[in-house]
Amino acid sequence: MTPARFCLALLATTLLFAQPSFAEPARDAILGQLAAEAKQANPAFAGFSAERGQQFWQAVHTGGRAETPSCTSCHTKDPTAEGRSRAGKAIAPMAVSRTPERFTDAAKVAKWFERNCNTVLGRACSAVEKGDIITYLSAQ
Amino acid sequence: MRLLPTSLFAAGFLCLAATVPARAEGGATVPPIDNPVVQKECGACHMAYAPQMLPTRSWQAIMGNLGDHFGENASLPASDGATILAYLVAHAGDAPSTANGRRFMRGIPADATPLRITDTRFWKRGHNEISAASFGAPNVKSKANCVACHSGAAAGQYGEEE
Repeated sequence: MTPARFCLALLATTLLFAQPSFAEPARDAILGQLAAEAKQANPAFAGFSAERGQQFWQAVHTGGRAETPSCTSCHTKDPTAEGRSRAGKAIAPMAVSRTPERFTDAAKVAKWFERNCNTVLGRACSAVEKGDIITYLSAQ
Repeated sequence: MRLLPTSLFAAGFLCLAATVPARAEGGATVPPIDNPVVQKECGACHMAYAPQMLPTRSWQAIMGNLGDHFGENASLPASDGATILAYLVAHAGDAPSTANGRRFMRGIPADATPLRITDTRFWKRGHNEISAASFGAPNVKSKANCVACHSGAAAGQYGEEE
């Protein structure tokens, strides 16, 4: 490797790790696990999408509880805003920029997707849906 | 002089009545919840309610149906569920070791299993002057939101407040 190429490689590596979204190994591990599940369910899986995640977050779903047809029913349409449970308790913003520890505890992520997907959609969420939501909220 | 003991008793009673009406009037104090799993899991969507305010059978029914917890799926890993149920049962209003639990249990028929503290006579009598509009106010939202008015509720202090 010539010195110039070495410097380029070093620069590229530095830039890669300087990206804030790459700075959370626990979140990346959760997304990696979901990506593996998505690939297993559908070999044509080509990665998560923040755009799909946003659509899913804002969509009015059917099949779940009438009181909570959408993620936004409790979390509000703005992920950087504080939400409120049906019982009136404040929910810290889901946006990672506002609540940095979001999506870094695999057990907590699994627990809340299981609960809320059942409440809102009346079914479990797929690995793609979960990964899309996490990707969307990580960029907020 | 035969009347002296009676009048002393009456005077004593009046003094007592004059000094403690506020406590008799309303409010309740229970020990704060001292189990971290109960505090965390029961306090996620609402404050962790005082186990003293419902009987054992109510907590068993609630913990046995977390898949439909007042319209929410609140399912838990089995080990956490068992930890929480054991704590709730040990501190229920009718548990032998619960001090002053009887006042919360009064008026609950033996064959009834209330699932909401707000359905008990104790709660209703303490809130009979509160309007439906007050409970529906945006900063309250629900009767389930004790801390909206009882700021010390999470620490077991359910005093009367403005």
